[in-house]
Parts: sequence; structure tokens; C-alpha cells
Amino acid sequence: MADVNITVDGKKVAAPAGTLLIEACKSAGIEVPSFCYYPNLSLQGACRMCLVKVEKMPKLQTACTTVISEGMAVSTDTPEIHQARKSMVEMLLGNHPLDCPVCDAGGECELQDMTFAYGAAESKFIDIKNHREEQQWSPVVYFDRPRCILCYRCVRVCGEGMDVWALGVQNRGVSSVIAPNKEDHLECEECGMCIDICPVGALTSGAYRYKTRPWEMRHVGTTCTHCADGCKTTLGVRRSDTGMEIVRGDNRDKSGINGDFLCMKGRYAFDFANHEDRLTQPLIRKDGRLTPSTWEEAFELIGRRFKEIRDSAGGQAIGVVGSTRTTNEENYLLQKFARVALGTNNIDHHRTADFPALAAALRGKPEATASMRDVFKAPAMLLIGNNPTEQHPLLAWQIRNNVRLHKARLYVINSEPVKLRRQAVNFIQIPVGSEGNVARFLSGDDSAAGSISNPTATRDAWVALRDKLRGEQNLVIIFGSEIRGEDIASLVKFGSAVPSAKFVCLSDYANSRGAADMGLYPDLLPGYHPMSDAGKWRDEWGGVPQTPGLTLPQMVESAKAGNLKAFYVVGANPVGRLGIDAFSFSQRFVVVQDMFLTETALIADVVLPAANAYEKSGTVTNTCGDVQFLQKAGEITGAKSDFEMTVRIADAMGFDVSKLVPFSRGTHSDMGQSRGAQSGEVDRHGVWLEAQGLEPKMSPFDPTAILDEIQRLVPGYGVSRANLLAGNDQHTTLSGSGAGVQHDPALIAPANDTLFTSGTLGRYSRALNSVMENRQKQPAEEVAAD
Amino acid sequence: MADLVSHPDEVRVVSRRFGQGAADIDRYLQLDGYKAVQKALAMQPDAIVNLVKDSGLRGRGGAGFNTGMKWSFVPKQSAKPKYILCNGDESEPGTCKDRLIFEHDPHAVIEGVVIAGIATGAHAGYIYVRGEYRYLLEIMQKAIKDAYARGFLGKNIFGSGYDFEVYWHGGAGAYEVGEESALMESLEGKRGIPRIRPPFPAVVGLWGGPTVINNAETLASVPHILLGGAEWFAKLGPPKNGGTRLFCLSGHLNRPGVYELPMGYNLKKMIYNVGGGIPNGRTLKAVVPGGSSCPLLTAGEIDVSMDFDSMMKAGSMLGSGGVVVVDDSTCMVKFALRIMKFYRHESCGWCIPCREGTDWLDKILVRFHSGGGLRKDIDNIQYLSENMLGRTFCPLGDAAAMPTISIVKKFRKEFEDHLDGKPCPFEKAGAAELAMA
Repeated sequence: MADVNITVDGKKVAAPAGTLLIEACKSAGIEVPSFCYYPNLSLQGACRMCLVKVEKMPKLQTACTTVISEGMAVSTDTPEIHQARKSMVEMLLGNHPLDCPVCDAGGECELQDMTFAYGAAESKFIDIKNHREEQQWSPVVYFDRPRCILCYRCVRVCGEGMDVWALGVQNRGVSSVIAPNKEDHLECEECGMCIDICPVGALTSGAYRYKTRPWEMRHVGTTCTHCADGCKTTLGVRRSDTGMEIVRGDNRDKSGINGDFLCMKGRYAFDFANHEDRLTQPLIRKDGRLTPSTWEEAFELIGRRFKEIRDSAGGQAIGVVGSTRTTNEENYLLQKFARVALGTNNIDHHRTADFPALAAALRGKPEATASMRDVFKAPAMLLIGNNPTEQHPLLAWQIRNNVRLHKARLYVINSEPVKLRRQAVNFIQIPVGSEGNVARFLSGDDSAAGSISNPTATRDAWVALRDKLRGEQNLVIIFGSEIRGEDIASLVKFGSAVPSAKFVCLSDYANSRGAADMGLYPDLLPGYHPMSDAGKWRDEWGGVPQTPGLTLPQMVESAKAGNLKAFYVVGANPVGRLGIDAFSFSQRFVVVQDMFLTETALIADVVLPAANAYEKSGTVTNTCGDVQFLQKAGEITGAKSDFEMTVRIADAMGFDVSKLVPFSRGTHSDMGQSRGAQSGEVDRHGVWLEAQGLEPKMSPFDPTAILDEIQRLVPGYGVSRANLLAGNDQHTTLSGSGAGVQHDPALIAPANDTLFTSGTLGRYSRALNSVMENRQKQPAEEVAAD
Repeated sequence: MADLVSHPDEVRVVSRRFGQGAADIDRYLQLDGYKAVQKALAMQPDAIVNLVKDSGLRGRGGAGFNTGMKWSFVPKQSAKPKYILCNGDESEPGTCKDRLIFEHDPHAVIEGVVIAGIATGAHAGYIYVRGEYRYLLEIMQKAIKDAYARGFLGKNIFGSGYDFEVYWHGGAGAYEVGEESALMESLEGKRGIPRIRPPFPAVVGLWGGPTVINNAETLASVPHILLGGAEWFAKLGPPKNGGTRLFCLSGHLNRPGVYELPMGYNLKKMIYNVGGGIPNGRTLKAVVPGGSSCPLLTAGEIDVSMDFDSMMKAGSMLGSGGVVVVDDSTCMVKFALRIMKFYRHESCGWCIPCREGTDWLDKILVRFHSGGGLRKDIDNIQYLSENMLGRTFCPLGDAAAMPTISIVKKFRKEFEDHLDGKPCPFEKAGAAELAMA
């Protein structure tokens, strides 16, 4: 469509037809202030801050509701406009409490900014302000009516954005008040979007309020560690006596894949990091009891025992379990350590999706996976299985808002009436466990129609749906872990009948995808290369064990039979989460690296206290395949990163760690450590040096040293280093992957976490627990936010 | 039920059937009822629109927009159904004319709605009656039921092949809903808050369909225009101000009441002749010429023709026809306060200047009138009102600001007389309470 030409403050501006005047001004670098206008939410025209002068119009016009037209001449800063805005601020401040010195929003308040800009410093009012008592709406949401300026952003983001509709307006006139959906409290998804979008301090967070002044925090942009969606988040960090305290999680940086979005876990559940049960020193089992020890003693013991067992019984006597929440560098290092230092392929992880099957099916198909950003732009989406509203809150946000803002068509096939059916043009409920039949039917196997047909979804209806889907362009096919193995191949076969179809395979944990991509499999090297295709790795590492190793269940059996003698578990809890038999390991040497004394750590001989994702730098890959940077927020006394611990164990084994971590490379040699990775602070010079490969890797504990190797060797990971370090998301493609291996579908164990439950980290979050306890008090039928 | 009044200067068009039992459908038929709609059914829609345009009929709700012109904005083709919406949410202080129409001549409103429907190609109409007019709603309900029973409404009206449904709806008590887009929100079951315009109702209105929204008096005038002709109607008033008007005379008058006078009738004559002048030997101080939203006129400004254009020239508005007469025993500060209390109560709260402005004006005026006024308050009242004017989401903010500005400007001395802790000079004089309809 041709651009429309307008003049703003004498400056010529061109913008597409249909653009709102406020956006056209913004595109020309002219700021028109507003409280109620918010991109991608419905228009209000309520705050009157965006009044501008449009030539030939007698009255000032609201720029947020005016659509530009050819030849329009606009002034945005005349004395009349300035006065109009000033008087709006004056009237707002009349009833506003002016408790800025103790208000959470003080310092990051739009009303303060407007007052500063338009100068309503002297009050014309001497009469008593209207007042109401503050209310607590949920464990994490507080509402202070006098501070509210009634911009209705919270009401809209909750309804339009979240499809929860838990907020509304009651009363009228000056008595108007934002009110929760259940009389005096909220029953909702507790996403906290209302707090985040509030321009003033009317809505405040129970987890954050009265803890700090905003300028006393360091703001660290990183990636959320809770689910597999990988939202960009900004942590508000303060120093504390244990090293650091994260006091806030929010998304003040809207540039991430999540834009405005953050869910309840991302916003509040960072406090597991400061849980009192956190391990802060190594533990060694002495006389049957886990006893505090020194790091030196622990590493010496582990190194000695691993070496003894490897040398006496061979590498196949050691089993390694990796993590779904450690970084790509740590995962890569771990499998390399297993294969090169321990000499075993016995490495596995908690699998929650069948990525090897997808990689195999998409091999050689470029651009066949969808990024999280693609989901927001796709003209059509097919969702089979999973319940993104509970398990992938960001994905659900992308889907919902794509439907709302772009009129995308959503097709939902699920065994449950999932909430996203409300956005669907077509929802079909199928019997539990028949998702695979759907995939086969879609691929053209009509014999599969019988098991999924019923009176409401007849065979004809299925055929019609398939025809309709085949007619879509750029369809994004999103599937849960219900679809595995051969069924994934069927789905990909169906996808090849749709022009430019793309796939998203849903896994459960923050770096489940990274764990798979980095080769935490007994029969797959990084990039889904089978052991038969190990050439590149053999050359690089100087040898790889040839036979595939044991899967996790096989390791348990082997331990039971007495063959497996050592078990090295990094950031995983197979006893607690996968229910493996703890007694199988009673006579084995078990090493666990974790933050807490998990069920698995309880049976260990050595437990090493691990740093979490907020306490280290590195990269993670979300379920879509978007690679993002994890920026270290700070350190907590007593914990080490898994990366460092693995390197130290190798060192204690007498292994040459430079063969594990290719450090001491780089051409610039006068610096100490790579500051970007170590200090957690943005160091532009460091970023540039890193990006150019000039920063020396002086330390074997520097994960960026192994990132070089990953970028060189793992297909899809050759992304721009500068973009990565700058905090931008980059999509990896599976097209260059290895051939993959057919796995037993039973090896996949979905976590089945919900919005409010999380067995891994969330159970140590006070904020999350308080919300859950609060919900348990409510009558069951009212809990559903649906 | 209100008592009917009369005066020889009256020209009875809309009030022709008042007091004659025309709420009864048979009586209405005897008084030429439902003839106009039958005539309309035989006409081309465009011809009806042109007839109404030529009659010079202008909206009786207050804005005075040419009715035929408004109808002509409705697109001929529409994917969504079109609607006629009768605005009977009469809430402007000083205005009490639509209630008489609903009470005495409800079928005329129905007839007007159907004719508007035929003219614009709509097949459904809604009659929205102010919430406080509960007793009138019953009369309206019966009228609609009777019209259906006779085949005047529903499928194939008058055997013409044209279908037209009429529904009634009672308000919940909000002045704001008299604003046409808030009226549509209310009718759709939402909070009565105005909509962003454009789009205008004629294009995107009720449930997204093209909608004509007319005041009850406007619609009740339409059948008379069809029967009497455009020229006859236009000539009842001055140029571009066709027809008559129901003027609601209230306040300090000997003979208050609703009188139907030709458009352009002189205001001074209206007060002293028709309304019988000021009682108790008092003298005139001010007049609210067209409902509480209009700037006031002083005693010296009343020799003016009561039509839309002349009133505009006089610095006020014809508005909704509510003429409130104020005598010299009235405290104008209290008068301003009384008006502001109303607007503060009725502000929907959607936009900042109206919500906060009316609240602060009310607070200041309360304190001011009770003796706590400061000199700078007078300027602040003016400042607040001027900063509301023209900047609110809907005209309610203007409606609160305009009379206030005019009162401060024209009666500043009365404000000054309240200063320095002095009690209200009118309270001790034992002034008569001002009754606003």
C-alpha cells in the first residue's frame, strides 16, 4: 500500500495508510505523550495527553485515535498543546497521593515523567484528596486506588492480551475504580502483566514492593530459566551478604521474543535462588552421612574415583546424566567430558520431546522450523496436543495475539478442551493418546481416521480440515510431546504438502532443546549425529567411543547388575523426577551437582553446590530453536558453575583440560579474563572483542572458549556472536543436522508442570508457593481461569 | 403526571394530541395516527429523506443537526443490519419535553421511528427510555404491543411487504447515556461510555450496523412533516430552523410548563408573556436558555430569537429547550455549585479532564460557597473550566465547563462577595430554593 504523506511540526513524514498519528509521529522521532495509548491494545482516547493540533480542525485532536490522511498538517508542540497537557497532569495530580518517596514506581513512573516534562509543579488545589485504602488482590498483586490514573492498560492487557478478563472498571465519574473479577480478589493466571503495564505505582508486586528504589538495582538483561519458551527478562539485582539478591524480574526491555510478555514464573519465581535450603559448600559422605567438606577434598575424591573406575572397569562403568537447565556450553562440555575424559557414551538427560526424530525428518529442509517470533506472524497455526496456556505461556501469548491482531487462523486438536480453543477457528477434541493417529491421518493415511472420528468430528469433517490445512500458506505446525518417533515423520510428511510449513516441537525445560542439540544422548553426538557419523568429532577430539552408550533406564539396570560403578549427575534429579530406583545405586559412587539437596543428591557420595542460570553466563536454546544469551547477574557465595566443576573434575583426574576446553586461544593477550562473561556487566569493548574472536580465553573455566567449538561444529549454531552477546535472539535451523536415531518413545517423560507448579525450581520459590497455597484455599470450581 | 399548560401563542404540532388520550391506539388513529407511515410506505426512500431535509427539521436533542442530512449519511448498501435508535434518555436539567411525548403521544414516536426506517432501509428500531421514566416505559411498552397487534409493526407492516421491528429499552439512570455513542454502548449491555469517533453511528453504530440516532421530539415531528409537507413545516420557523419547539419553562416563573412555540420565538416574550413573568415582585437575574449545559444569559441579554443560529450568535445555545429562569434572590455561586454537583455525579469518569475537573470544581465551589473561598479560587474555577473545554472525550466536559465559565465571567462580583469568610449574602436574605426540573 502506498504511503500517506503528512507534515508534523514542519517535518515531512510518510507512513502506511491506516497508521495512527501517534505512531506516525513516533516513526519520525517526534514523541507524543500518552498514558492510555499502548501499542497493540485497543484505543481509549481517555487520557487526553496526546492532544495535537491538526490543521483545519477547530479543537485539539487525540493523536492516538486519529488516522493519518494525505496532506494532514500537524503541530505537536504549541503553547496551546503544552497547556492542555499541563492541565491534564495538574488534574491528575490533584487526587494523586504524591507519596513518590515511598512508591515502588518512584523513579520509573510515567506520571512523574509527564510532570517533569510539562511542569505542573505548583498545585492549584488546597482541598482534601479523595482517598481509599489499599487492597491486596492476590499474594502477588496489590492495588492502591489513589495512585491509579485510570488509563485502563491493566484491564486491556488482562483481557485482550491474556484472554483472562480478570479486571474491569466499577462505578463512574471520580468514583471509577479498577476492580478484580472476584469481589475483592483476583482469580487469574497471576501473570503480573497488569503490574508491569501500570504507568504509575497503582498496581504493585507482592514480591517486590518496598524492597528497593529502582536506581539502587543493577538491571541485568538475561533469559528466563523456567520453561522452554525462553523469555527475555530483566533482573533487578542488589548486593547482599551472600553475594547478590534478585529483587525483581520484569520485562522492561521489550526487544525480546516475548515483547511485553512475562508469566507468573518469570516475574516472581526467581526467589528460589535465595532459598535457605541452597547448598553452599561441597558435601562428602563420611560414615554414611553427607558432611561438609572443602572443594579441594571433593574434587580430589571425585577425580581419583572416576579415574580408578575408568582405568579398572572401563568408561562403560560410568554413567552421566546431564541437565535440561544448564547452558549449551555446559551441556556440550559434559558430553565431551564423558566421551573424551571418561571414555563413555553413557550419557543421557531427562527427555521431554523427541527432537532427534524431528531433526531426522527435517534434515536437508531449510527454514522448516519456526522461531517464537514466527509464531506471532504466521497467517495460520495448527496446534496438536500440549496446553500452551499452562506449559508454554509465551507461546500461548504469541498464538492468541497473532489471532487477535493479525486475524491468523488457529486450528486446535487436543484431548482436552484447552483454553486456546477460544481463539481457534476449528477445535477438535480427540481421545487421549490418539495424537499420533491425527499425524498419520494428516499425512494421508485415511485408515487412521477411524480412531479419531466421532459424532462431533466425523470422518468428513476430518477430511475437510485436512483439505483446509493443505490450502494454508506458511502454516506453523506446533506439536506437544504426545507426538514422537514415526508420528513426527508423518507430521513432517503432511507439512511438505503445505507451502512453506514450519514446525515447533514442544519440550518442557529451559534448555531441553539445547541438551538435545548438544548431544546429551548415548547414541547421538552434538547436532544429532549418530556414532557412525562421528568423523568430525573424532578429528577434533582425537577419538570418540564407537559403540552407543546406555540410556538412563539402561544405566539403572546396569547399576543394579553391578556393572555401572559410578554415576555423575549434573543438574538433574532422576530419582525425584523420573522415579528411578535409588537403591540401584547404593553401592555405586554417585556424584551430584545441584543447587539443592534433591532426592538424587540424598543418595550421592559427593554433592557439589551448583550455580543457577542467574549466576552464570552462556547460551540457551528455547523449544523453537532460538538461541539466546544468559547474562550473569552475580554470584552467590559457595556455589560454582557446572562448567567449572566439570573442568575441575577432569583436572583432578589428571586429564589435560586444554583438550576439553580450547582456552588460551585468541590474539589479544594483555587482558585478564573475558569480562563480559565473568562480571555480568555489559562491557561494549568486551562484546566487540568477543565478537571478533579477539578476546583471549585465558581461563579453562571460560565458557566462551567452548562456544567457539560449538559454533564451529554444531549445525545451526554458527550464529552471529555480536548479536548473541548483545542479547538478541537468533534462530537455529535443524536442516544441517545429522541423521538422528530412532528412539523408544517411552524414553520421553513430559514434566506436566502447570502455570503454578514446577517440580524442579519452582518448588523452592516462596512467591510461587504462596500463590499455590492461596489457590488451594479457593473452591475448586472457581480456580479455572478459563 | 405533569399538568398540561397552554398559551395563545403556541403552535401545536408535536403537542397536538397532548391531553387527548392518544396513548390509546384507537384514539390515535382517530387523530390521523399512522397515516404518515402509510404515506411513507408509498414513497421512495430518497424522497422521504429529501422531504425531511427540506423541512429544516433540526435535532431536538440539543446539537441541532439537520435531520434529513443525518439520514442521508446512512449507506444504501450495508452488510450489517441498519438500525433506528430513538434517544429518549432525556436527562438534561431543565428539560422535560420528551416525557410528555411518551406520556401523551407514544405512537407518534413509533411512527417516526418506522418512517426513519423506511427512509434509510432499516428494519429494526429501538426506543430507549430514560431509566427514571419507569412509568413512561409502561406506556411505551403498551403502545408497541398495540401496534404489533394491529399489524403496524412486525412482518409485512400495513400489508406493504416491508418488515419493521420495534423494541423498547429502559436506561439505568445515567445522564451520560444521552450522548449517542454511550447510548449505543448502554443498549448493547455495556457500561455507558462514549465511543471513539469516527466512525460515526451512521456508518458503524449499534452492533456495528449503520444507525440513525434521533431525539424523541425529532422523531415525533417526522409524521407531521410527512402529512403537512416540508414547506409548511419549514415556514413555521425562521430560515434553516424549521418547525416548532417544545420549550420547557421552569424556575422563577408564574406559569412554568412545557409550551410549543415556533422556532425563533423571542426569549423575553417567552419569559414575560408565555411564562407569566417573575413571581413575588422579584426581578430577572439570569436565564439558562437550553438546558443546564448552555452558557447563561443575563437579564440584559434576553431579547433574542430562540433558534439555533441566533442563540449561537448570542454566545449561548438553543440546546434541548430547557429554559430555566433565575431571579435576583438566587446566589449564582450556589447555582454554579448545583450545576457542578450534577456533572460531577454524572461524569462517566472515562477521561481525565471531565472526571477530575468536575470533582475539583465541585470541591472548590463547595468550600467557596460555605465561606472558605480564596481570591485565587475564582481564577482557578475559570482555569479548570477553560482547560476542560474542548478537550474531553465527549461533550459532557464542555457541558460542565460552559455554564461555569459564563457564570464566573458574568457574575464575578457575586463570587467576590463570598470572600474573606463572609457568609453567602443570599442565604440570609432567605432566598427561594431554585427548582430545576
